[in-house]
Amino acid sequence: MDFEAVIGLEVHAQLRTASKIFCPCSTRFGAEPNTQTCPVCAGFPGVLPVLNEKVVEFALRAGLATHCTIRPRSRFARKNYFYPDLPKGYQISQFDEPLCEAGWLQIDGDGRRIRIHRIHLEEDAGKTLHDQDPGSSLVDLNRTGTPLIEIVSEPELRTPAEAHAYLTKLRQILVYLEICDGNMEEGSLRCDANVSVRPQGRSTLGVKVEIKNLNSFRGVEGALHFEIARHTALLEQGGRVVQETRLWDAEKQETRVLRSKEEAHDYRYFPEPDLLPLVVGAAWLETVRQALPELPDAKQERFERQYGLGRYDALVLTSTRTLADYYETAVAGGGDSKKVANWVQTELLGLLRARGLELESSPVQATSLGELVRLVDSGSLSGKMAKEVFADMAESGEAPAVIVARRGMQQIGDTATLQGLVDAALAAHPAEVAKYRAGKTKLLGYFVGEIMKASRGQAHPGTLEKLLLAALEAPAAGGEPRPPEAAGI
Amino acid sequence: MDPTPWTVTEVGEKLRDGSLTPTTLVESALARIEKHDGSLRCMTQVFAPEARRRARALESGAPQGPLWGIPYVAKEILSTRTGRTTCGSRFLEHYESPFDATVIERLDAAGAILLGKSNMDEFAMGSSTENSAFGPTRNPWDASRVPGGSSGGSAAAVAADFVGFGLGSDTGGSIRLPASFCGVVGLKPTYGRVSRYGLVAFASSLDQIGPLAKSVGDAALVFACIAGHDRRDSTSLPLAPPAHAGLGEPLPGLRVGVPRDWLGDGLDAAVRHDFDRVLERLRDAGAVLVDVQLPHASHGVASYYVVATAEAASNLARFDGVRYTRRAGAASDLATLFETSRREGFGDEVKRRILLGTFVLSSGYYDAYYLRAQKVRTLLRRDFDAAFARCDIIAVPAAPTPPFRLGEKTSDPLQMYLSDIFTVPANLAGLPAISVPTGMSDGLPLGTQLLAPALEEARLLRAAAWLESLVGFVPLGQRRNGQGG
Repeated sequence: MDFEAVIGLEVHAQLRTASKIFCPCSTRFGAEPNTQTCPVCAGFPGVLPVLNEKVVEFALRAGLATHCTIRPRSRFARKNYFYPDLPKGYQISQFDEPLCEAGWLQIDGDGRRIRIHRIHLEEDAGKTLHDQDPGSSLVDLNRTGTPLIEIVSEPELRTPAEAHAYLTKLRQILVYLEICDGNMEEGSLRCDANVSVRPQGRSTLGVKVEIKNLNSFRGVEGALHFEIARHTALLEQGGRVVQETRLWDAEKQETRVLRSKEEAHDYRYFPEPDLLPLVVGAAWLETVRQALPELPDAKQERFERQYGLGRYDALVLTSTRTLADYYETAVAGGGDSKKVANWVQTELLGLLRARGLELESSPVQATSLGELVRLVDSGSLSGKMAKEVFADMAESGEAPAVIVARRGMQQIGDTATLQGLVDAALAAHPAEVAKYRAGKTKLLGYFVGEIMKASRGQAHPGTLEKLLLAALEAPAAGGEPRPPEAAGI
Repeated sequence: MDPTPWTVTEVGEKLRDGSLTPTTLVESALARIEKHDGSLRCMTQVFAPEARRRARALESGAPQGPLWGIPYVAKEILSTRTGRTTCGSRFLEHYESPFDATVIERLDAAGAILLGKSNMDEFAMGSSTENSAFGPTRNPWDASRVPGGSSGGSAAAVAADFVGFGLGSDTGGSIRLPASFCGVVGLKPTYGRVSRYGLVAFASSLDQIGPLAKSVGDAALVFACIAGHDRRDSTSLPLAPPAHAGLGEPLPGLRVGVPRDWLGDGLDAAVRHDFDRVLERLRDAGAVLVDVQLPHASHGVASYYVVATAEAASNLARFDGVRYTRRAGAASDLATLFETSRREGFGDEVKRRILLGTFVLSSGYYDAYYLRAQKVRTLLRRDFDAAFARCDIIAVPAAPTPPFRLGEKTSDPLQMYLSDIFTVPANLAGLPAISVPTGMSDGLPLGTQLLAPALEEARLLRAAAWLESLVGFVPLGQRRNGQGG
């Protein structure tokens, strides 16, 4: 029997607002423990939450970008549980009336639409540190109250690869929207997965397992592979999957039980009485919609159309907003758009990879790369010279024109100058000229090489070859060679 | 005539004309507390040095603010930078708040002097102030009786003339019941009128802060100082505090609604007698008595104990022994730390309500209890809307009985809960209500409660002031001064 997996993902994304969701404390990552707290986020007796409007705006961006329906009136709810890093003993979240519902995003590859069940707002908890002090656990409340959106997909991902593609696209959208930095190592993007396995073709779902502690895309894929194999093996042997929550161990590459269904929390959700219902008026929603940036799918299509790029090139170049902006700035320099695309993808990205740099700190500016491609297009630089100039740009950070001038690298395309070089070469090697004319035409390459050497590689190869052929093929009588001094080099 | 200034309004005049000083007031208050509070136990903390300093600081400038130089007491549940904020609980015995509640800031700005904090039922859960971890407060009229609760300390301190006024909080009657038991005025404003910032939450959708005062005029004065929008409380209404003109004017033609059906059972004979007398006085003075129905009011107490306990169980979850609270020593794991700290920190009534509140929100029970109770609130609001279409104000007794004896109801929580039978509907519907002392029974005071539509505090206070002038109740302080009968 063939089996298929059914996967749903719950993604928590930290929103990049300057301050927390219910108080004015900073959300900056990496500060000294418990320095970014106040009575409100530390849950002191008598405090009350006040909703940060910017947080709602960010969540609306996410909802609109993923084609969700926005509730004109949503509500916050309390999720009650005890934990030392949850200072109020409850998390303010949304439960039965979330802000965004029923959206979708398109995953790359097969272009399938994955439906999004809901996106809701909530506050992050603090951190419990178990490894700082022997014999005790320490609590850092800096993260408490950091705004989060939880994005819940419908259970319609079929493979770990699809889950990976979904996450990649989701992260791309969030980063495009400038509402989340997408950094999984720092925990600004976190993922839980629900997975079940059923016989192929059956419409009812199998028993699901929730997997937590997936802190990388690779972890998500690995954990899903592991679980699907585990479920499939169980089912094939006639066994039964038990509903439970499991933890991914990235080191051992396996999952293990965290808690059984019986141990599941009863969160006792109820409407948060300290906050009014969240009302999003049509005017506000429209303002947010108008301010949305061009999103990855639209940008990729435009790149194909406007710049005549293939699907793959367009996908790579729109993978981030900064790369797409870089490309468009470079193209604006007047060079051929496909050539610019090649330069960006091979030379630039190669350089960044080799140096371990982010695009933001690239030593080669977009305008410079554009100028370089234009110099190649206009024949001022050969491809080989351009690569030399690029290498120089990567070191010096200077503009191509500056480097070309400094290194005297202008390509020689001028016919008169090139004719002089040809004449000089022929005059210097009468024996080879004779052999050529006697039928040994392979010697053309020899002359090209000699002239390139003499011009330090700056001779325009096409023009040179044309002139050289004309001179060699010309009747011997006309070939009165001039003295080499006249070459003017 | 009475030459002794008694109310804040009268004392204020003397302060402004210089015949009294804040320091004299503070000193006489401290002396009275010193003399009487040993037996009454209204005060959990007395801020003598701070109050003296504050009085001198006020005296260094010209009188400013409507409560300039008036000593007051705040219930232990209100956060103050000064002293501790214990909520009457062992759990918070040593807790010092890093901030002042909004009402404390506003009274500070109005020139009032915080003299100390007052006793209360632990986390405001109780109707007698016997559930305090620091011992019960006694009724100044009769030390064998309870002062009512949960703001019993503030009510008793006002009745005993320790302070000009007190602040209380009212979730199901915790201002009005002790006001009635102690023969003072107690106002619960419309939900959202007064910022809850700094009030340690019991039931967030029901809690309101309000004054306990010696007269309706005083209550109006304090209310005007503490009401108004506060951006730190999202549920505070974005409205300016209401202006109160015309207190004390007669209101002939005032339509007073009486929900007779609801008053049937469990009403003490003395209370019924006094209430009938009050209605008679009103009618004689020109009020029009109107029969109104509140068909869902009889479900008030049941619904209240679902909503209030559900919210309380959540609000009190932060007391877990991890941060500012008492921590049980030598816990080997987290669950033990939480369990032991909470077992040792909370009193029985608080535990009872946490258990109840946890139960009513549990998976599978939410719809049957919490949701249903919320529906009763909606129905009750509609009852009030219909009733107020026919009358201007509703009158009911504040409490079903006169002040009872200490220990009389402690072993029977349900009987204790029924003390709130006439007060919880105002909280469930978010309406303003006031308790005015109107009569006596065997040397104990009785109060009448008036209710008005939401935001109609001005109407409520005018009606209350009229009622006050009609009944001629003589407060305890006046009796002791020898002017009363």
